[in-house]
Amino acid sequence: MTSIAKPPIRHPGLKTNSLGLTPRDYEGVMSTLCAGCGHDSVTAALVQSMWELAIPPHRAAKMSGIGCSSKTTAYFMKQSHGFNSVHGRMPSVASGANAANRALTYIGVSGDGDSLSIGLGQLCHAIRRNVRMLYVIENNGVYGLTKGQFSASADIGSTSKKGDANVQPPIDPVLLALTLGATFVARGFSGDKAQLIPILKAGLSHNGLALVDVISPCVTFNDHEGSTKSYAFTREHEVEIAAADFVPLRREITIPASDTTVQVVQMHDGSTVRFRRLEDGYDPTNRDLAYAHVRACQARGEMATGLLFIDENGADMHAVAKTVDTPLAELPFETLCPGQTALQALMEKYR
Amino acid sequence: MSGINDFAFKMATVNGTGSASANSLLMQAIFRMGVPVTGKNLFPSNIQGLPTVYEIRVSKDGYTARPHEVDLVVALNPATYAKDVASVRPGGYLLYDSSWPLEPELVREGITILGVPFGKLCVEHFQGDRDRTLLRNIVYAGALAALLDLDIALIGRMLVQKFSKKPRLLDANNTAIRLGYDYARAHYECPLPFHLERMDATSDFIIIDGNTAAALGAVFAGATVGAWYPITPSTSLMEAFTMFCRQYRTEPGTGLARYCILQAEDELSAAGIAIGAGWAGARSFTNTSGPGISLMQEFIGLAYYTEIPTVVFDIQRTGPSTGMPTRTQQADLLSLAYASHGDTKHIVLFPCSPEECFYLSVTAFDLADRFQTPVFVASDLDIGMNDWMCKRLQWDDSFQPDRGKVLDADDLATVKRFSRYFTEDDDGVAPRTLPGVHPAGAYFVRGSGHDKHGQYTEDSDAYQEVVDRLRHKFATAAHSVPPPEFINGDAGADIGIVTIGGCRAAVLEAIDRLRAKGINADYMRIKAFPFGPQVRAFLDAHAKVFVVEQNRDAQLRTLLTAETGFPRDAMTPVLDYGGMPLTAQIVVNAVATQVQQVPA
Ligand SMILES: Cc1ncc(C[n+]2csc(CCOP(=O)(O)OP(=O)(O)O)c2C)c(N)n1
Ligand code: SF4
Ligand SMILES: [Mg+2]
Repeated sequence: MTSIAKPPIRHPGLKTNSLGLTPRDYEGVMSTLCAGCGHDSVTAALVQSMWELAIPPHRAAKMSGIGCSSKTTAYFMKQSHGFNSVHGRMPSVASGANAANRALTYIGVSGDGDSLSIGLGQLCHAIRRNVRMLYVIENNGVYGLTKGQFSASADIGSTSKKGDANVQPPIDPVLLALTLGATFVARGFSGDKAQLIPILKAGLSHNGLALVDVISPCVTFNDHEGSTKSYAFTREHEVEIAAADFVPLRREITIPASDTTVQVVQMHDGSTVRFRRLEDGYDPTNRDLAYAHVRACQARGEMATGLLFIDENGADMHAVAKTVDTPLAELPFETLCPGQTALQALMEKYR
Repeated sequence: MSGINDFAFKMATVNGTGSASANSLLMQAIFRMGVPVTGKNLFPSNIQGLPTVYEIRVSKDGYTARPHEVDLVVALNPATYAKDVASVRPGGYLLYDSSWPLEPELVREGITILGVPFGKLCVEHFQGDRDRTLLRNIVYAGALAALLDLDIALIGRMLVQKFSKKPRLLDANNTAIRLGYDYARAHYECPLPFHLERMDATSDFIIIDGNTAAALGAVFAGATVGAWYPITPSTSLMEAFTMFCRQYRTEPGTGLARYCILQAEDELSAAGIAIGAGWAGARSFTNTSGPGISLMQEFIGLAYYTEIPTVVFDIQRTGPSTGMPTRTQQADLLSLAYASHGDTKHIVLFPCSPEECFYLSVTAFDLADRFQTPVFVASDLDIGMNDWMCKRLQWDDSFQPDRGKVLDADDLATVKRFSRYFTEDDDGVAPRTLPGVHPAGAYFVRGSGHDKHGQYTEDSDAYQEVVDRLRHKFATAAHSVPPPEFINGDAGADIGIVTIGGCRAAVLEAIDRLRAKGINADYMRIKAFPFGPQVRAFLDAHAKVFVVEQNRDAQLRTLLTAETGFPRDAMTPVLDYGGMPLTAQIVVNAVATQVQQVPA
């Protein structure tokens, strides 16, 4: 099986963004996932987000590990470089790439197996390092690609297609990220693009690692009665704490139609995220509150969604390392090599 | 055997008692007297309390290998008295702390026993346990200065340099040196028959360890991203890189860093970071040792198959498993050459000294970029952590890094279809592109099966086309890697000695000693894998081939057979794998017993 190229049909009526590109320009090769797979909806949301933000495709880099979810980086932005690495190790590759070229937009796509099982350590340390990137976990509670084994996010009591019940407690990436000091933590649902797209856009503008856990049902192995990562369960048990509207820089700001109070969070690049409060007193800049809210929802059998926590003042990896603004990969050799005179002066110290 | 400027001595102390600075003071002083010297720190995997030994070899002829026997032992560790006394050559000397009565263990026929009350002198002259313990080392340095005729004024100047900002310590150290010096001169005939005399044989040299030199090479080569996870004996490489980067890579004006060093959560991550950075266009590296190499396997295969440059320094230590972390070995040869699952082969460079660590480090970055592949630099603990006397390092300011075939925006603007893994070039290297440069250069890196365009494939022919090119590329590299070092004996030697890495020093000394016995041998030191054609030619040209290396299983010999087809049994292994640096004696014995001497 080889990758399937989509026919390059131009739709004259398609809208263009400020770069003159249409959403189609942000698409990739044809998906080879199962029809109805949640991951394809996330791909579509990413295409829309990138297009709306008018990110030049070649200035973005798509990073992933291994799994059905990790494959999806091929299904959007064919004019971007992509790096499908090894299982669970995307965070380190993304860290290295970002270290070398800080000027690109990094989009990491991973799965719950990739990030919460084999790659849990890498995820944790990328969060601690606060690598500037959007980090999407397409969370379906199973290993889709290896045919439906439980992953580390499967809920207790959740049953596999064969009928076995999971008895081990799940790892919730949202709680984990909050605990580890992540500076952007959100959860969405692949079936709710209206909520997901603003979250993704905010994450793409965040000055640090933006973790977005997306419940993304696996229709083949985990979309049945017993699963909390199914379409039916998620639709019924999703609780949105605050609706986020992302307003990029240099765009008209419209007050969203809502009578609830609006809280504006300024992103480092000047763009803003506007939260329409749905629940009383929810403050997306309060880590403890976010944690308590997610736990409280869990206790009620609900799934907290939305942009749960944001801190735009955290230092990202480069701020900590105090690196120059120019991408390291672009520094001229002359500025890197000390030369013979310096070497000979140094040699005196070794005498 | 010993004589003026030709002897060896060692200090047997307890780890964590501060003997290291006294030992390096001694070595440094000898070096500044213009006399060739090497120091080997044979230390335990422990922070405090276990036996540690520092050996200093003085050799007017410039031999730097570990000495086979020592002329004098300073025995300051009761736990190892028996062993230390036994290591003195017949007719040699033992220096012990005579604050207490002579332990029966220290008594031995045929050697001279010298006592200096180090402990008592310290108690009388210094306050507090800490000072008394630390300065005891300086007192023995003073006694040795008298016995070996070290220039005491020179030592005084060195102390002033070292403690210029700490007058109290300067006074204490000066007193301590004098205490030992005066006591030895008052009680013994100084100097001993073997001792030092000023020479002028070190002015072109420096004293440096291999990790420092390799790090310096990385700085000069233009590496900007370093990722690592601490492990002995490789840690000091990144520490040195950090130090040099602060010195040379801080942007004037802003104080910002022209480098990024990431201490990763483990070696998998360190490898991932290095590979990610290499992909994004920076020169990147990671440094580790055996256990880390094991963890990096999957990533190494990814970089090989997706053709991403990076450099991995393996400072080998004694395996298998955790092994002996502070002992040296060359036992990662096979696991580097063929690292990772599937058909993989890698360029590996084998420096023989700190000097070569510097130059081969630069070469490694060039080769990685040129062949778009991970390149290993296989150093070891002995080279990496011990102080070696080396030629001053030199740099040619006209050097430009070989970044290999990278298409820029202009190239890409005119390209019809960029196919990442396709080339018609003879070297088998396909041009690559960097992210962020041009939309036409975009491609998808995947460790899964891919065709020459970089597209996913499960088609046999399309798959094979790519891996066959990789094989061809590797074969090309054999002509570009550093060739072996050859030293020919008298014309027509039918003995050939093959060796690798830090064994050089001992093997060259052995060859000299064999010649003195009438045994003539040619020498070839492998500097890189894959092997160029000269390697097989050397093997073919010698009736009797010895392969000297520091591992149990004759890994270099295996590699030679596997890669050149030269019959395994036609090579006699000379193996030393106990974890200590190689001595010439081992090589001399192995060769001499094998070679039938034809009477002249
Ligand atoms: C080292 C390694 N072990 C095992 C595998 C096999 N494997 C491939 S994908 C996968 C699980 C993927 O699960 P997840 O990340 O949740 O992705 P999904 O397919 O569910 O989207 C496994 C175990 C592998 N590729 N590499
Ligand atoms: S197996 Fe599941 S996760 Fe994988 S493509 Fe099919 S539906 Fe999606
Ligand atoms: Mg999954």
